[in-house]
Amino acid sequence: MREEHLKRLFSQSLAGDEQAYGQFLTELSALLRAFLRRRLARLPDQVEDLVQEILVAIHNQRQTYAAGQPLTPWIYAIARYKLIDLLRRRSRSDLLHDPMDDDAELFTTADAQAAEARFDVAKLLKGLPDRQRLPIWYVKIEGASVADTAARTGMSVAAVKIGIHRGLKALAATIRSTA
Amino acid sequence: MKTDDLVKMLAAGVEPIDARPMARRFRLALGAGTLIAVALTAGILHLNPALSRYLSEPMFWIREAYCLALSAVALVAVHRLARPGRRLGLVPAALALVVIAMWALAVVALAQASPQRRPQLVFGATAAVCPFLIALIAAPLLIAHLWIMRNLAPTRLALAGAAAGLAAGSMAALVYTLHCPELAAPFIGIWYLCGILIPTMLGAWLGPALLRW
Repeated sequence: MREEHLKRLFSQSLAGDEQAYGQFLTELSALLRAFLRRRLARLPDQVEDLVQEILVAIHNQRQTYAAGQPLTPWIYAIARYKLIDLLRRRSRSDLLHDPMDDDAELFTTADAQAAEARFDVAKLLKGLPDRQRLPIWYVKIEGASVADTAARTGMSVAAVKIGIHRGLKALAATIRSTA
Repeated sequence: MKTDDLVKMLAAGVEPIDARPMARRFRLALGAGTLIAVALTAGILHLNPALSRYLSEPMFWIREAYCLALSAVALVAVHRLARPGRRLGLVPAALALVVIAMWALAVVALAQASPQRRPQLVFGATAAVCPFLIALIAAPLLIAHLWIMRNLAPTRLALAGAAAGLAAGSMAALVYTLHCPELAAPFIGIWYLCGILIPTMLGAWLGPALLRW
């Protein structure tokens, strides 16, 4: 049910539907939040950081989703990978005792209470080089078109797109090292 | 930053996914890796001068098919393990089937040979170097496969690295047949497999360090 609904939204997102993508990410973040609250019961202040880290990861890796592939295992694999990565980084091996092999659990409850992560993506952006920071700032935050951004920055359209793509990857790496 | 703002940011101006440029770069990487592997074989080793005579030998083609089959199955494994949430499915069974088929041929060959000839079938003339030469030829291919994986999103890193190594080793074994004078099934069943396992283990070891994202 939820799988079908999210899958439809995600397919539309992959085709470039901005509104569907916003809705998909909003609903997904509620599911991730509820899932991680249970998993990180002892680290509640990490939950929102990890929700955001997973959202950025899903965005950056969305080309690895094959059309028609079941969506739940794809998302669960990414969420689980990022969760284990976080726990490993914190080397809190006591938290790993909980077995994590049940992806059915991911889509059971939602928590729409969006909160704030301790890191600020807007601030992290400042650490990126101009050719990545400016395209992300204009297109992704101010909502300008790629063509306008190209005109404003003097970059080519292709360079703006590449800047966004690489910048978001670099951002994911920064989040990972700050979280 | 609030998660809602991050969502807005990620969704803003999102463009349709086009997987073709990346697929093209992957093909280029594999093509370059294969070319360097062939160049290593032709340059440092040399092409087997008797190659044209081998073409009429069934065992020559069985050896090619063995390396091709392993490469194909390993490439499927790479494709799946490079992406989140994909299962290996029949890949381990298919690998076992190919290896066991060669071992079965080896047993038949050994059973039919006279006892004095058996060591020749197992060791040939090049058993001491074969695994290391295959591993050497696999190096550029391993780099290509790991690079491809780094551009995707593997979630089981040691296994993904092993698959990259297996694909590199199998493809290297196929290239090595241009040089290798050995056609006996026992030799191929043992020493080719050892050569393929060297990059496989190296990949499994490198995976967790190189493939993190």
